[in-house]
Amino acid sequence: MELVVFVLASLMVLAGAVGVIAYRNPVHAALGLVLTLFGVAVHFVAMEAHFLAAVQVIVYAGAIVVLFLFVIMLLGVDRSEDLSIEPFRIQRPAAAVISLGVIGLIVAAVVRAAGTLSDDPGTAAPGDSNIRALARNLFSDHVLAFELTSVLLIVAVVGTVILTRRVRRGEGDVR
Amino acid sequence: MSPTTTWYLVLAAVLFGLGSFGLMIRRNPLVMFMCIELMLNAVNLSFVALAREFTDIDGQTAVFFVMVVAAAEVVVGLGIIISIMRRRPGATVDDLAELRG
Repeated sequence: MELVVFVLASLMVLAGAVGVIAYRNPVHAALGLVLTLFGVAVHFVAMEAHFLAAVQVIVYAGAIVVLFLFVIMLLGVDRSEDLSIEPFRIQRPAAAVISLGVIGLIVAAVVRAAGTLSDDPGTAAPGDSNIRALARNLFSDHVLAFELTSVLLIVAVVGTVILTRRVRRGEGDVR
Repeated sequence: MSPTTTWYLVLAAVLFGLGSFGLMIRRNPLVMFMCIELMLNAVNLSFVALAREFTDIDGQTAVFFVMVVAAAEVVVGLGIIISIMRRRPGATVDDLAELRG
């Protein structure tokens, strides 16, 4: 059963990733991204990370992809890009070599280290739900980092408003 | 037979490689951003897999922070893309080789 879930979710993840790369239209690429994010959420549920699965669906598949689609529609760049044009002839082969090299190196490292991992990974501590354990860890050990993320979000919001506002001519502002 | 941590790590490696491949071959800045999201998700997947392996919730906390930073990064990046595209409609990343506005 777990194997079936793993295979199906992995197929979702990889098909979505290939879709992001291969679709000409940015809107279709965004939908491929949704498929990948849902697949990752299924993996999170399978690994007992229930809170992160919920956040993955709400924040990533909900907010971030909707933001992408918003910007695509706002800019009107939803026309297809001709992928057959290759500005630098060596770019795609070189990119393929680098990516396959990265994959090969990581897989080799993982396979080499496979002996140090137990065959039966531990499960969450009984009687302590995932969200409770996560909250206890977040608000005790990592509370300073948690507070700093609020500063980060404020900075991001203010910066975006300043970046994207339209300044009318004649207000003495340099654009 | 249930999937072990190694399987998840291999899947994460393949996803990361696909994301980096897309980042290198696509020229639309929005699609490049999506490829960065793919790479972030690959790392999140390996974080959670290793958190389960070692029964240590710290890995899931790290994923939480990665998500927060990814959200902030997407907002700022899309803001920059909007302000660039407004000035030069249809720009690809190859057209942005200069800083002059």
